[in-house]
Amino acid sequence: MAERIVIDPVTRIEGHLRIEAEMHNGVIQDAFSSGTAIRGLELIVQNRDPRDVWAYVQRICGVCTSTHALAAIRSVEDALDIKVPRNAHLIRDLMNAAVMLHDHVVHFYHLHAFDWVDVLNALQADPKQTSTIAQSISNWPKSSPGYFKEVQQKVKNIVDSGQLGIFANGYWGHKEYKLPPEVNLLAVAHYLEALDWQKEIVKVQTIFGGKNPHPHYVVGGMATPLDINSDNGIHAERLSHVSQLIDEAMVFVNEVYIPDVMAIGSFYKDWTYGGGLNNYLSYGDFSTGDIRDVNLYRMPRGVILNGDLSNVMDVNPKDPDQVKEFIDHSWYTYDGQASGGKHPWEGETNLNYTGPKGSYSTLNTADKYSWIKSPRWKEQSMETGPLARMIIGYAAKKPEYIESVDSALSKLGLPFAALQSALGRTLARALEAGLVSKWMRDDMDSLIQNIRNGDQVTFNNSKWDPSTWPAQSKGVGWIEAPRGALGHWIRIEDGKTKNYQAVVPTTWNASPRDHKNQIGAYEAALKGTPIADPENPLEILRIVHSFDPCLACAVHLTDLHNDQMTEIRIG
Amino acid sequence: MEKDMQTIYQSVLSRGFSRRDFLKMCAVLTASIGLDYSQNSEVVKAMEVSKRVPVIWLQLQDCTGCSESFIRSSHPKIESVLFNMISLEYTEALSAASGHQIEEARKHVIENYPGEYILAVEGSIPMHDEYLMIGGVSAKQTLLETAKHAKAILAYGSCSSWGGIPAAYPNPTGAKPITDIIKDKPIVRVPGCPPIAEVMTGVIAHLITFGTVPELDHHGRPKAFYRHRIHDKCNRRAFFDSGLFVESFDDEGAKQGYCLYKVGCKGPTTYNSCAEMRWNGGVSYPIQSGNPCIGCSESNFWDNGPFYTRMAKIPGTQTTINPEVVGAGVIGATVAGIAVHAAVTAVMNKKSDKSNKKDKVDTSDKGESREEDK
Repeated sequence: MAERIVIDPVTRIEGHLRIEAEMHNGVIQDAFSSGTAIRGLELIVQNRDPRDVWAYVQRICGVCTSTHALAAIRSVEDALDIKVPRNAHLIRDLMNAAVMLHDHVVHFYHLHAFDWVDVLNALQADPKQTSTIAQSISNWPKSSPGYFKEVQQKVKNIVDSGQLGIFANGYWGHKEYKLPPEVNLLAVAHYLEALDWQKEIVKVQTIFGGKNPHPHYVVGGMATPLDINSDNGIHAERLSHVSQLIDEAMVFVNEVYIPDVMAIGSFYKDWTYGGGLNNYLSYGDFSTGDIRDVNLYRMPRGVILNGDLSNVMDVNPKDPDQVKEFIDHSWYTYDGQASGGKHPWEGETNLNYTGPKGSYSTLNTADKYSWIKSPRWKEQSMETGPLARMIIGYAAKKPEYIESVDSALSKLGLPFAALQSALGRTLARALEAGLVSKWMRDDMDSLIQNIRNGDQVTFNNSKWDPSTWPAQSKGVGWIEAPRGALGHWIRIEDGKTKNYQAVVPTTWNASPRDHKNQIGAYEAALKGTPIADPENPLEILRIVHSFDPCLACAVHLTDLHNDQMTEIRIG
Repeated sequence: MEKDMQTIYQSVLSRGFSRRDFLKMCAVLTASIGLDYSQNSEVVKAMEVSKRVPVIWLQLQDCTGCSESFIRSSHPKIESVLFNMISLEYTEALSAASGHQIEEARKHVIENYPGEYILAVEGSIPMHDEYLMIGGVSAKQTLLETAKHAKAILAYGSCSSWGGIPAAYPNPTGAKPITDIIKDKPIVRVPGCPPIAEVMTGVIAHLITFGTVPELDHHGRPKAFYRHRIHDKCNRRAFFDSGLFVESFDDEGAKQGYCLYKVGCKGPTTYNSCAEMRWNGGVSYPIQSGNPCIGCSESNFWDNGPFYTRMAKIPGTQTTINPEVVGAGVIGATVAGIAVHAAVTAVMNKKSDKSNKKDKVDTSDKGESREEDK
């Protein structure tokens, strides 16, 4: 007998996501991912000064803050053919790396860990054993029995107070939690440490961009002046601060984050669900030269179809036949039609809600059921994000990718195919943080070397004045955001933003069905997963969270409807 | 409904701190919420008898940037906020529970702590019910239902305070600030896109410590944090007064730290604590880092651009405060900053000295009996 599980809202994500899953004999037969809220940012930026657009679209998301701003800046610079100074490129990469590390760590500990870690079970732990485990997996100094005893006492105090706060009503005691109490305690300790650390790494953005969340950028480079002999420029003290933050981040990633993911993962090796499409997309990023030098990308560009690692295909965001957004199951029209696909330069945002009026218990998933459009690459569904990037880097034979993946898999005693799972996605994210932290160190060294060579330029003002712009132009800005491939497409006419479209990672991953009824990445990843207790569908959260959903990103259009059920229904 | 709950004082003791540490924490808090030390005894008393205050945090038309800013708080640290000061029972960003379980958590607070919990709201609300639904009912109804029994309401960020970016032209959804929906409750506006972390936690500290809404200006903003324009406290102010301006980013004036007014800075019309408290633990703020302020804590700032065009004139070059008081305020803030740092350091040192010593605490202690200093 089929039953439908609804989770709405899915928490520990950004935004408002609804999942409906069709169950048959305790296994998910089919799944539907729906974005139930929209805002109006693409419409709101129309007719604005293109130099201002970064600030508006930055507010698409406050979690992956800065990624949308940088994508917007790059789109305008592409349209106007502006090359930014070397220092500005390096500073932007440092800021992007900072948000990547922040995001990955916060995702694991604060958004995802409770899918694997039973907080209340940590009360049963022997702190001495936790200490032994901690010291066996890492050199992180906070590992004494007394330290873990203190953490355990904190948890006990919260439980004894009767006010569980953020831990209230979790799935504690669920039989799919497999960690021994000692490892649960270790994870809780690091939940708290990560909460403290995350406020540090963002200071890289504060130093260069003035604040975080939502630091400042400028078309043409960076407004932050470098001047090692001025009390108002970026000088040795500021550079030392950034350098120190990077060193601390490398230690945290390598001594806490990665060992924790490996340790926790080792208890879930036989939980192999959540793989999904096996189609992967990355625009690539972190160029050692200019953003347009794709060959110099440390994070490689490419597409893999059907898990075929022998063929990494090229991606061109400007090719009208490659990236298209379809609306056949989304609440939009194109040219008055309810279906079809458009390249983002030709994209439209005409809202046309046809879902249930008022409250609803289930969506009509045979028809339109989401505010998220369905982006497709050559009409194929794609997964994007850390797993996609690690697999593409591996397939592209990038040595550091191969070393990172092979070493982790051999420690865990797992085959390559194990990566294609919820746990693999979580592992890929941690390994990627290891690579990014190293690049961040390299970029900082390059910045200092560049300054030492006498280059303190951060801004190219040659195209700042709109009178220097062509009457019409169009551009694309891409970036690898924490959650995956992000592209912003802009058309500029007479100094104004004529049209603007953002196709973001979660739009790819959380997309509904398309014109060919092809399912999206979340939907594919959920299929075939057994659910032990439909009233407490921990497994669904585990898989969906492994993608690190960002719904405000996915649906950044007009907030015409935000239909949330806020309940798990079984019907 | 008396539960087995600890007061903040008890909670502090049970974490291995002494009474002396506790008094230092209170001193830090007193300073950080802008009070003078004569008011310290009130803080001590409040913290001794207060339970962790339940908080429900609703996210409406938002980007989660306010939640993200909140968890960046340096003083108090977010761990201390979450586990010593408040009990955040409903947050889509951090709650372990999803679906109906999180909804039950919200209802539990409303039923068990009427008139005692704080409602924090992030994001604007659209004009028509059907545009924003939560739990099968409109978000507006959920907001009203949750607001009804709240002790106080915090409008965190510019969206809930003013309408924010969803309300920017052409405001396709008819987005409104929550002050347009809730009329019968004290609402503290804490604007900013997002607000500064320590402003967000500072307002909560005030509410908890004094059990009252902080003194507000005529827009409903706490005077402690929104009394002055950024321009009034700007580190580049001397250059404005001298007529020395950045003409283009990265020019010689930019390197010298000249005033950003001519490249569009909205500091002269923006009320916020950026210049004083700065961001992310006092590291910098946009103007210090060479970027013109975009005025993100002001009503309708999205439609007051373009951002890089200077204003025709500077409205209100005069504040309501006389220069002597302004000067005293600046000195006071500096002293408080040093005191905060010193106290935190002292407490942290103390804590690491004896992290394992105290595991037990007499939970019958209601604050009357005093554990004296060692």
